[in-house]
Amino acid sequence: MRGEASTIQLRDPAAVPRLILSIGIIVLLWPGFRLTEFDPGVLFDPRNREIMGKFIGTFLPPATSAEFLRLIMKATLETLAIATAGMTLALLIASPLALIVTRSLSISRIGPGRGFAAGRILRLPARFVLMFFRSIPEIVWALLFVRAVGLGPAAGVLAIGVTYGGMLGKVYSEILESGDTRPALALLEAGGGRLTAFFYGMWPVALPELVSYTVYRWECAVRASVIMGFVGAGGLGQQMELSMRMLSGGEVSTILFTFFLLVVLADAISAFLRKVTA
Amino acid sequence: MVFGAANPVSIKLDQVSLVHPNGYRAINQVSCEIGNGERVAIIGPSGAGKTTLLRLLATALRPSGGTIRILGDDPWGIGRAALRELRCRVGMVHQSPPIPPRQRVVTAVLAGRLGRWPLWKALVSLVYPVDIAGAARMLARMEIADKLFERCDRLSGGQMQRVGVARILYQQPDLLLTDEPVAAVDPALSDRILGELNREAIERGVTLVASLHAVDLALHWFPRIIGIRGGEIAFDLPPVRVTDAMLRDLYASEAAVPTQSNELLAPQPAGVRRKPMCS
Repeated sequence: MRGEASTIQLRDPAAVPRLILSIGIIVLLWPGFRLTEFDPGVLFDPRNREIMGKFIGTFLPPATSAEFLRLIMKATLETLAIATAGMTLALLIASPLALIVTRSLSISRIGPGRGFAAGRILRLPARFVLMFFRSIPEIVWALLFVRAVGLGPAAGVLAIGVTYGGMLGKVYSEILESGDTRPALALLEAGGGRLTAFFYGMWPVALPELVSYTVYRWECAVRASVIMGFVGAGGLGQQMELSMRMLSGGEVSTILFTFFLLVVLADAISAFLRKVTA
Repeated sequence: MVFGAANPVSIKLDQVSLVHPNGYRAINQVSCEIGNGERVAIIGPSGAGKTTLLRLLATALRPSGGTIRILGDDPWGIGRAALRELRCRVGMVHQSPPIPPRQRVVTAVLAGRLGRWPLWKALVSLVYPVDIAGAARMLARMEIADKLFERCDRLSGGQMQRVGVARILYQQPDLLLTDEPVAAVDPALSDRILGELNREAIERGVTLVASLHAVDLALHWFPRIIGIRGGEIAFDLPPVRVTDAMLRDLYASEAAVPTQSNELLAPQPAGVRRKPMCS
C-alpha cells in the first residue's frame, strides 16, 4: 500500500489555484468599496436620519382617492403593456442570436470538422451585437428613441427590446451551455441540424430555466419601464415623477405599493410556469 | 481478418490513432476492416479504448493520425453537407441514452430520423408527432409499446435504455454502433436488446459493431470478436477461436473475466463457455 501511495500524488491539485482565486477576489473587492466611499455609518448619522425620516413620514397615509386609483390603474396597464411588448421584441432579438452564439450547437465543433474556424469567427460579431445592445443602459436607449419616435410608450418598448434582447441572448446561451448538452450533441452526431438539435435536445432540458429567467426579466422590464417613465416614456414612472414633483408622499407610496404588487404577480407567474414546465 | 470479403467494406481503419489534448493516447495505430453486414463485438477491460474507438467510427471524434473510411467515405475529407448525410447513415446506441428527461418517449424515438427530415417536419412533429405508428412499431420490438406517450423521466433505467435502442432502430442506419448497450440491464433484457439489434442487422444486411463488457454475451451473439487493450487490437477472431488464455490476458488488469452475471467463464472443449444457441 505504501509503495502505491507514494507513486500517486495524495495532495489535492486544485487547492492552490482555489486559494489564489479566493485571495484574488478579496484583493479586487477592497478597492471597490474604497472607490465608492461605502460607509454604512453614514446611514445612522443623526442628521441624515432626520432628513430621511421626514421624507418617509410624508408617505403615510397612502393616497387612496378613487380618482387617483383610476389614474394608477391606467398607468399600471400601460406599464405592463410597455414591459410585455418590450420583452416580446427582446425575445425576437435574443432567440436567433442566442442560437448562433451557443457553442454546443456547432456541428463543425465535432471533430473539429470543416468550417470550425469560420464558425468561431462568425460567432464573434453575434456576441458583439449582444454586448453592444446591453452595454448601453435602457434609459440611454430611451432618451435616444424618444428623440426618434417622440414622447410616449413606444420609446420605452424599443429601449427595453434592445437592452433586454442583449441580456436575454447572453443568458439564454449560457443556460443552454450549462445544461446537459449530450442530447443535442447526440442528435448532431446523428446528422441532425442546429435547429432540430436545439428543439429536440436542448429545449426540453433548459425550458424551466429559460422560462423562469424570462419571467424574471419581465419583472425587471416592469421596473425599467417605470424609470423610463421619468424621461417621458409613459406608464407608472411618469405618474411617479408627477407625484414626486408635487411632493405628494402619499401618492408615491401608493405607486410603490403597486410596484410591490407587480413583483408579487411576476413571482406568482414564474412559480406557476415553473410548475407547468417542470 | 475480413469476413464476407465479397461485400463492400463498411469500415476501414488504417493506422488510426487518437491522442487526447492532454497527451493520453487512447487509440494507438489501429488498422482493421469490417465488411458490410458484419456483426462485430469489441471487448476489453475498462479504459481500453472501446468507447473512443466507437466514437471514431461514429464520426464523433476525429483521429489524430491515420485514415478512416466509414461506409465508403472519408468523414473528415468530404464536405459539410456530405458529412451530415453520412452521419444520418450511422446510428449510435449510447451507454446511457442521451435523451432529455422531460421528453416524451414518442418524441425521443422519432428524433432518430431528424437528420433525414426537413426542418418543417421536425417542427410539426413537436406539435403533433408525425409518425406515431412508426415509433410504436419500434417500441413494440423493445416490448415497451405501452410507454409511447410516457415522459422519459418516468421510466426505469432498463426501459430508458430500450427507448434509446428503439430510436436507433427507427433511424434505420446503415452502420449500427452500440456502446455497452446492456451495461445497466438485467440478463433477460440484455438478450432481448442484443437479439433485436442482431435481427435488425441481419434483416437489413447492415453492419453492427457493439462494445460489450460481458464477454459471454459477446461470444454468444457475435460471429467476430475484437479484443482491445491499451488502445490496440489484441486479437480479432471468431468466437470459437477465442481461448480462455486470450481472455485472461486481455483482462489481466481486472480480477476476473467479466460476464453477464458475474459467473466464471468455465473452461470447455471449445475453450469458452457458450450459451445455448436456441433460447
